[in-house]
Amino acid sequence: MRRYATLAALALGPVLVLAVFFVVPVVGMVGRGFVVDGRLDVGGVLEVLGRERTHRVLWFTVWSAAVATLVSVLLGLPAAYALHRLAFPGRRLVRALLLVPFVLPTVVVGVAFRLLLGEAGPLGGLGLDGTPVAIVAGLVFFNVAVVIRAVGAAWESLDARPGEAAAALGASPAQVFRTVTLPALRPAIVSAASVVFLFCATSYGVVLTLGGLRYSSVETEIYLLTTQLLDLRAAAALSVLQLLAVTALLVVAGRLRAVRDPTQSRRTPRPRRPRGTDGAQVALTLLVLVLVAAPLLTLLLGSLRADDAWSLDNYRALDRVGQGSALLVPASDALLTSLRTAVDATWMSLLLGGLIAVVVSRRSATRGERRLRSTLDGFFMLPLGVSAVTLGFGFLLTLGRPPLALLDSPLLVPVAQALVALPLVVRTLVPVLTGLDDRQRQAAASLGAGPLRTFATVDVPAVWRPLLAAAGFAFAVSLGEFGATSFLARSEHPTLPVVIFRLIGSPEPEAFGTALAASVVLAAATAAVVLAVDRLGGRSFGAL
Amino acid sequence: MVLGIEDLSVSYDGVPAVVGASLQVPDGRVLAVLGPSGCGKSTLLRAVAGLEPPSAGRITWDGTDLARTPTHKRGFALMFQDGQLFGHLSVARNVGYALRLRRVRDADARVEELLALVGLEGYADRLPATLSGGERQRVALARCLAVRPRLLLLDEPLSALDAGLRQRLAADLRTILTAEGTTALMVTHDHDEAFTVADHLAVMRAGHVVQKGPIDEVWRAPADPATAVFLGYARVLEGAAADRVHPGAARVAVRRSAFRLDETGPLTGTVTSVRTTPEQVRLVVDLDGVGEVDAVAPLDRVPAPGAGVRLALDATRTAVLPGTP
Repeated sequence: MRRYATLAALALGPVLVLAVFFVVPVVGMVGRGFVVDGRLDVGGVLEVLGRERTHRVLWFTVWSAAVATLVSVLLGLPAAYALHRLAFPGRRLVRALLLVPFVLPTVVVGVAFRLLLGEAGPLGGLGLDGTPVAIVAGLVFFNVAVVIRAVGAAWESLDARPGEAAAALGASPAQVFRTVTLPALRPAIVSAASVVFLFCATSYGVVLTLGGLRYSSVETEIYLLTTQLLDLRAAAALSVLQLLAVTALLVVAGRLRAVRDPTQSRRTPRPRRPRGTDGAQVALTLLVLVLVAAPLLTLLLGSLRADDAWSLDNYRALDRVGQGSALLVPASDALLTSLRTAVDATWMSLLLGGLIAVVVSRRSATRGERRLRSTLDGFFMLPLGVSAVTLGFGFLLTLGRPPLALLDSPLLVPVAQALVALPLVVRTLVPVLTGLDDRQRQAAASLGAGPLRTFATVDVPAVWRPLLAAAGFAFAVSLGEFGATSFLARSEHPTLPVVIFRLIGSPEPEAFGTALAASVVLAAATAAVVLAVDRLGGRSFGAL
Repeated sequence: MVLGIEDLSVSYDGVPAVVGASLQVPDGRVLAVLGPSGCGKSTLLRAVAGLEPPSAGRITWDGTDLARTPTHKRGFALMFQDGQLFGHLSVARNVGYALRLRRVRDADARVEELLALVGLEGYADRLPATLSGGERQRVALARCLAVRPRLLLLDEPLSALDAGLRQRLAADLRTILTAEGTTALMVTHDHDEAFTVADHLAVMRAGHVVQKGPIDEVWRAPADPATAVFLGYARVLEGAAADRVHPGAARVAVRRSAFRLDETGPLTGTVTSVRTTPEQVRLVVDLDGVGEVDAVAPLDRVPAPGAGVRLALDATRTAVLPGTP
């Protein structure tokens, strides 16, 4: 009983927060669609699901996510090999650089790709602007890092001996890869692919900025229905569909994440110098680097041009207020707002995430307890896949009225951002905590240390570094969060991603240049944070 | 069909692991490389397999230098102490792996034959994770022998097993290797394992081969005190003590059972400690003119500590070491 009591006490806070700030808004938003004039009306929802446009949107979401996942895996595998099994100078820097795209604000990436592929851009001749190819490229840009990290971490700790035995039995390197390495890596690859598919299918900023009006995913369709067509029933129907699909995917990903018996002895090989046979992998890694760097470079170069000349005018415009309605607030103010919000979001997600990680990682005594813990684990991962638009709009609908009149609270935006960052924090901390040998805790207890003292002696030293890394992640993600924030930020206090989005859409001539400059500043800030995080050993990110 | 290792040196990042090793494994014979942990024996084996590049020297097969031959073309099968089975394949598919690579027909019959050879009939559909350590090593052995390799390389194949199983499997390994006529190079830190399985012995220490030859010759005449101790001799007596025990010798290595309790024995001393084991009684005796030595007594004659005893020496359990100290 005592175990359940401690579990309940630790989990109570996070569950309450999630209930109020996640379950209630989502249910409220979805309920709006199902309940018409006080009666439950499922027929309307089913009608929406039968619409041809719905099918088109669904089909687009699925195939674009699938293609983006496939390309990410195909590019990520050789890069994972080159960066985690080979030793060459600059390896750690390249690994860190390839992690930066993941935390870049989606708006910034959208802008960068528009610049690269647009008529005036360097790749304008390919005519890819506004095509699905651009959207898929944008999605791959974000997610190749996830594949590299997750598969790379698994590859790094793979026992080399079966491969060596196979080679001695006559298997060429290609055969060893196909018959020994790939089957051993399959759980990591499938796990990474399912997470990438999830991210691609729920992507909002990329599809919004690159797809325009012609191409719509479920997420942007919900946005359209909610804000422009005011068809809440259709939006609710799509939200439910998305929630169901995401839950199914999370269940599958959770199963595949299960760790094999750790008591088997493993001999992990030291990374070796690249040999001639590794040429293809190194070349593909360089290709990935180029693909990732190109949009960012274009962005940087674009921000340094004003009126067809090189100048810093765009940066100077950052602290000016615009003539039209686009910029009510200088971009520099918006940056400060973003930073302040990110700080709040970070401590909130750390607090919640820390409690959740402790709850989820404790060893269970009975099967019922284990099932409870894994259910909680899955529950706290849900914000990962729910439409940010649903969340944001749900906030507006449910939290605006009493008894929860929270709309004017300055903590609303940080809370939404904290929820988005929460799964990342939990997934960074849980592997570290579960990896601790329980016998250390038992030894401490037998020497007379109480539960709190044991925690301080055993868990805290192991976890403070990943905690800092998680803090960095949460900060970077919050800085760039766009989906929920675009709904909730008050117009006098916008965050920088929101300002950038407004500037892109503005007809004013200098607005676009200013947007580029602001994007570069935001990208630099998130990149700096992520590089610092990687120095602290954010290795556990691979366990996503 | 001879494996030749000529003046081989291997280093990791500039740190030498093997220095100037020269060995030969004749056709159909088993050579054991014996040495403590960290002496470079595993590195030597990996260099022969083609997994580590040598920094100097040659590895030859029938006189042909293997420097340009990659691992998968050498025809040398490799067996580790554990963790080498393909976890996602059944026992039969593991054993048949090399056969399938070479697209051999009737591979199933050969797999059956091999499973019978290693005593695992009926295990064909089992998965490696469900097998015990000893069973996994048997499967690994069967897999190695499937395509009748030119040379079998064994990296401490029995270390991960418990003592009783180790003895049984060592004897079985010897039987199977001699029955198949396989040439083998085995690396181990356990001298019992080496003696059971091998015909020839090479002793390694700190990257160098300090002694080599047929196993009984090496055993009877170790090259220096450190080798003697590693081969299982309990002590090395020097100077006057050595001369007292073996007239004319400067250094004598003695086993724990070299001295035995004997009423008519020429050597006298006092018992310091007594320990009974299932086989015999083990004594530590302070011998006059020699010092502390180990001795044995039959189980029905247990002297008390402090008692005066007479000991006799069994010369076959001693070895005279060459050179002056």
